[in-house]
Order: sequence, then C-alpha cells, then structure tokens
Amino acid sequence: MEAVRSAPPSIPSRTGVWVGIAAITMSFAAYTSALLVRQSAAPDWQHFQLPPVLYWNTVLLLASSGTLELARRRVARDGDAAALRSGLMLLWLTLGMGLLFVAGQVVAWRDLMAQGLFLATGPSTSFFYVFTVLHALHLLGGVVALGVANRRVQAGAGVRALSALGSASLYWHFMGALWVYLLLVLTIKM
Amino acid sequence: MDQSATAGAGHHAPQSFLRKHVFSLDHKVIGKQYLDLALVAVLTGMVLSWFMRFHLAFPNAAVPVLGALAPKSAAGGIMTPEMYLALMTMHGTIMVFFVLTTAPFAGFGNYVLPIQVGAEDMAFPRFNMMSFWVTCVAFLVLLAAFFVPDGPPIAGWTAYAPLSAVGIDAGPGMGLGMTLWGVSIAIFCVGQLLGSLNFIATTLDLRTKGMSLMRMPFSTWAWFITSVIGLIAFSVLLPACILLVLDRVGGTSFFIPAGLVISDKLQPHSGGSPMLWQHLFWFFGHPEVYIAILPGFGIVSHILPAFARKPLLGPKVLIACMFAIGGLSYTVWGHHMFLSGMNPVSATLFSVPTLIITIPATVTTLLWIGTVYGARLRFTTAALFCLGFVSVFVSGGISGFFLAQPSIDTYLHGTYFVVGHFHFVMGVAAMFGIFAGTYFWFPKMYGRMMNETIGKWHFFLTFVGVYCIFMPMHYLGLAGNVRRYSAFTDDYMLASQPLHVFITYAALFTGAVQVLFLFNLVWSRFKGPVAPVNPWEATSLEWTIPSPPPHNNFGDVHPVVYHGPNEYGMKGSTGDYVMQNSPEKLETT
Repeated sequence: MEAVRSAPPSIPSRTGVWVGIAAITMSFAAYTSALLVRQSAAPDWQHFQLPPVLYWNTVLLLASSGTLELARRRVARDGDAAALRSGLMLLWLTLGMGLLFVAGQVVAWRDLMAQGLFLATGPSTSFFYVFTVLHALHLLGGVVALGVANRRVQAGAGVRALSALGSASLYWHFMGALWVYLLLVLTIKM
Repeated sequence: MDQSATAGAGHHAPQSFLRKHVFSLDHKVIGKQYLDLALVAVLTGMVLSWFMRFHLAFPNAAVPVLGALAPKSAAGGIMTPEMYLALMTMHGTIMVFFVLTTAPFAGFGNYVLPIQVGAEDMAFPRFNMMSFWVTCVAFLVLLAAFFVPDGPPIAGWTAYAPLSAVGIDAGPGMGLGMTLWGVSIAIFCVGQLLGSLNFIATTLDLRTKGMSLMRMPFSTWAWFITSVIGLIAFSVLLPACILLVLDRVGGTSFFIPAGLVISDKLQPHSGGSPMLWQHLFWFFGHPEVYIAILPGFGIVSHILPAFARKPLLGPKVLIACMFAIGGLSYTVWGHHMFLSGMNPVSATLFSVPTLIITIPATVTTLLWIGTVYGARLRFTTAALFCLGFVSVFVSGGISGFFLAQPSIDTYLHGTYFVVGHFHFVMGVAAMFGIFAGTYFWFPKMYGRMMNETIGKWHFFLTFVGVYCIFMPMHYLGLAGNVRRYSAFTDDYMLASQPLHVFITYAALFTGAVQVLFLFNLVWSRFKGPVAPVNPWEATSLEWTIPSPPPHNNFGDVHPVVYHGPNEYGMKGSTGDYVMQNSPEKLETT
C-alpha cells in the first residue's frame, strides 16, 4: 500500500465561494420570481421614486471592485515590498468603500421612511427593503472576508494570504454584479 | 472565508473536552453529533405519531400520559382536533427536516465522505461545526413551540398560506408557535446550506491521489448529488420562510390576499398570493424527497456489492440515474398542487416529468436486483436492511405512478393513499437506509461490532411492522378515507375504523421493536466484540484505517488510490476483492 505525504493540490476556498455564489444567486432568483408573481397577483402595486443616493452607492461599489482588483494584483507581485504596501492601502480603501456603501444604503432607507414608505406600506416597498437589506447583509459578509484576507496579507503575502484574497475578491465582485442586477430590477419595477 | 490551509494540512487533535466532544471541528465527531440529534428527533417524532394513532383508533379513550403533558388541549387525555393537527405538524416537521435530512445526509455523509475520498477532514471544518450547531438551534427553536402558551402550530409540515401567515386568528398554535416554526426552518436552511457547501468543496477539491470521480464510492456520489440538490432547494426555502415570517411579524402581504376574513376578523393585508407560498415551498419540497432518499440509494449501492461479493451492476448507469433524478426533481413540484386550482395544461406539464422520473428510479432498482441475482449473499443485518430498502422503495414507488396522474390524484390526494405512499417511499425507505448504514459503519465508528442476532430480529419485526402500518393505508385511501382528520366517528367512515385499530396496534408494535435497536446500539458500543479494520471485507478507504479512525483519519499521509470501489469477485491478495488503495493488478476469479 502506497501513501504520499503531500497535501491535495486544489484550493477549496475558491470552490466554496463559487458554491456560495450559486446558493445566493438561487436565493435572489427566488425573491425575483416572488416579486413577479406578487406584482401580478393584485392591483395594489405602488410605484415610487428610488432614492438618488442608490446610484452614488452603485458607483462606489463598482469602484471598490476596481480598487480591490488593483490591490490583489499588487499583493501578488512576488518580493515587491512597495507593491505590497500600496496593495494593503488599496485593500483598506476597498473595505472603507464597502462600509460607505452600506452607510449609503442606510441613507436610502431613511429617505424612504421620511416619505412614509415602510416595509409594510405596500408590496413594492416590501420587496425594496427585502432586496436591499439582504444584499447589505451579504455584503457585510464580504467585508468580514476582506478583513480576514487583509490580516493575512499583513502577516505576509504567502499562498494562504493570496488564496484568501482571491476568494474574497471573487465574492466581492459578485456582490457588485448582484447589486447591479438588483438595482436594474428595482428601477424597472419600482 | 479561506479555510483551505486548515483543510489541506488538517487541524491538530483537540485536548479540551469542549473542543473534542462539543464544539469539535472533526468531521467524525460532527457526523456522530448529527446522528445523535436525529436519534433524539426520531424518538420524539415517533412518540407524537403514537399519540395520533392511539386517538385515531380509540377517539373516545384517554391517551396515556397525554392528559398530564397537555392538560389544556388534551383534557383528561382526550385530544382536541386542534391538538391532533399540532401533533401532525410537529411529527411531519421533525421527521422530514431533523431525521430524514440530518441522518442519511449530514450524519453519515459527514462521517464517511471525507474518509472515502481520502481527505483528513471536510474542506471547511469551522463551517461544518457551525452547520451542526445551527441545525441544533433550529431543532430547539422548533421544540420551543411545545412550551409557548398556545402550543405548537397546526398548519402541517407544509405550512400552507394564508393561514400560516396571518397569526393567532388562524387557530391555537398559529401565534408564536407558528412564528417559531418559520424561524426554525429558516435557521435549518442556513445549517444545511453550510453543510452542502462543505460536501461539494470536499468532493471536488480534497480527493486524494488516484481518486478520480469515477473511482469514488457510490455513497460519496449520492452525498455529492444530494448536496447539489440541497444547495438549490434550501436556497429557495430560506427566502420563502423569510417572507412568511415577515408576513407574520412585519405586516407585509406576500402571501395574504385582500379581504381575508378569519375567525370573523378582517385581516389587515392586501393582494398577497397564497399560491406563491405553495410554489416556493414545493420547489423545495419535492427535491427534499430526494434529499431524504438519494443518500439511501448511495448507502444501498455501496453496501449490497460487499455482501453479494459481486460488483454492482451498471455503476455508470447508477450514477447517471442519480443525476437524472436530481435534475428531474426540479421539474415536478407542481404535482403536489394538482388540487390547488391548476390549469390542466400546467398539470400535464408537471405530470409528464413526474412519470419520467420513475424511469431512472426503476432502472436503479433493477440494478440492485441484478446485483443480488445469482449472488451468494451474506445475510448480515446491513444486507437485510438494504433488501428491505429495495422492497419498501418499490412498494411506495408504485403508488407514485398513480398519484403522478392529475385525474387519479384528484381523487386520492386528500386520502390515506398519499400517507401510505410517502411514508413508504420517503420515510421508511430512508429509515431502512439509515439502519443499513448504522449496522454497516458502526464497527468503524465505535470500534465494536453490533449484535447480529438482535439486528436480524430488529429487521424482520420492523419489516413486517411497517408493511402492516402503511400497506393498509393504500386501501383506506382507495376507499375514500380522508387524511388529516383527528377521528372517523361519522357515518360512512365508520367502516374503516377496524383497519385503523389494526394500523394503530401495528404502529405501537413497530415502535416498541425499536427498543431492540436502541439496546443493540448502546450495548454494542461498550460491550460488543472489538471490530477489526475491515470486518465486511469491503474495498473502500474507510476500511483501510483503524476502527475507530484516528483524529486525522490516515495518520498524516494521503492514501493513493488505484481502483474503483466496485472490485468484488476478483482475485486479490486478501480474498475475492481488491482494496481501492491496493497497487495489485485486477484478476477476475
């Protein structure tokens, strides 16, 4: 019987993120189909103006994907201390932009509440809050993942840190794409 | 997010009691924890069914113990119809979610899958631990419904809206109890999603050298396919439960229509769609049937060749069939809604794939029968439960042919025919898979053999018992005996009462027989003969390591695999089989 003392070659964290992306996609597909069915179920769908801050939030989130990608490429440069330092700066910037996005979403919710549009006001506002709150919660998960990756990069940009950063980046970009999709649905339906 | 280093290198053996036995990262401990949770759940669910069966047989007699447990809803031991519905709801929920999902999939899968692929642990051990404890919290939240003032919900395990969405006006238990149900199932979904994620990543990324996909044991294939099904199904049930809870506590109107008057009160909601709940629920609900039964497919396909001493017939066909069943399971959910006001064209569109899905299921059954045909079968308890699995799966599956047709389902859907059908095909078959897995892997898990004589008595008495319970239900259904009623004391239903009495005696008997299993489980754990490394002369990797396995399974090395798991009837150095990690060349005997 032969045995080897090497670890398996694949990196499960990336597979894990892809599987997570599949689950979240399925979940939001379910919410979207619920929205379509609910809208056609009764004539009580009220249209309302989306808070303009949402568009600024969108720009912020997409820009954060860009800074993250820059950070990832700089951190991956082998033996370049200056690139590692600027990569870390960009990572902090990405984290800040992510938190700013969530703060911007809070501004959007307060804007709607000031207009008297709450969770239970009507089906359209119900779906607005469900979509945006759940996306924000998922995004906060991404902030935690980026924080973990950041800590590992600070400890040294080894295989483990790069793997963590790669997986967190994949999730973060997906969060951006998901938000664009949700904004599109909200713009069309609200 | 990244836990790959932990997974690749394995984690150190914990020293403290808490990290070793409670908050353990070891897949083997987590697997046992899932099985222990399922054992508690199944005993709870069984006692609830006893209460129901006793009342159905003797509606005017006091149910023993129940009067003391529920003095309000079962004064003097005689339960109210609402109490019956509460017991039915909790029985179904506990059995489907916390037994049929946790034991064959999360329990055995956690323990065996990483070893079968040659890994030290699951890909994400922390997520794995979270998965179990989240599931445990879900179970406790559900049980909490027994202790709230109005008691448990009465909406059934399917929790149909709008009654499940409106609150206490819908009846006793539909207040806090129903909310706890929704919260519990939402939490459960999170636990199972974490589990599915782990199973998929482990299977894809942590296979050892030489363990190609086609060399994976059939049980691993089944758990892998089940985890893909579960990932999709629970991703839809979770949103459904969140929307349901929001309707209940947030004042939204996702599932509650306008102008709904319940208990003489106009509900302050508008425009919701009760059918939306049904679609979301059954989009999960039907694949859930396969989440419960596919691990059984894998377990039976893994165990039968070991005792038939023959390779499984058509291994690639089996895997293709499991994939086909998994894929088709997402196209048939509407057959649960034939009576919900469905367009006949839609009904046909759901009926056709329902009939088609019986083809891979039938082919699989033929493969098992073909495998044991002409074999010198070793009649161990595990082998007997595998044969029992095939028997009850066929019995329950055949009644599925009838129910797949909308015109016949219209008559049978609300009757005991359906109760008999799904208990056989999903409940008892999955339970037999769990029993087979327990008798087969117990020596590996605890290092001791179970008692075979007691095991065989357990099998034969259970086998006869379940047929006495569920086969007559088909006849009751054909005779028009409706389900969900707490008693059949009126006119035309009276004729069915003797059969109900018989079923109740059979249920009490079959339940009591499980004492044999419990005794065997506990006694063998401490007093059973010491198990060798490979007591069944099986081929897969779990039988190459000590019983029980060490903390990191293979002792800091990764095994190399040379063969598939199906190499029986060969001439090997150890007998008529060749282990997966044996470098010797195959030679047919």
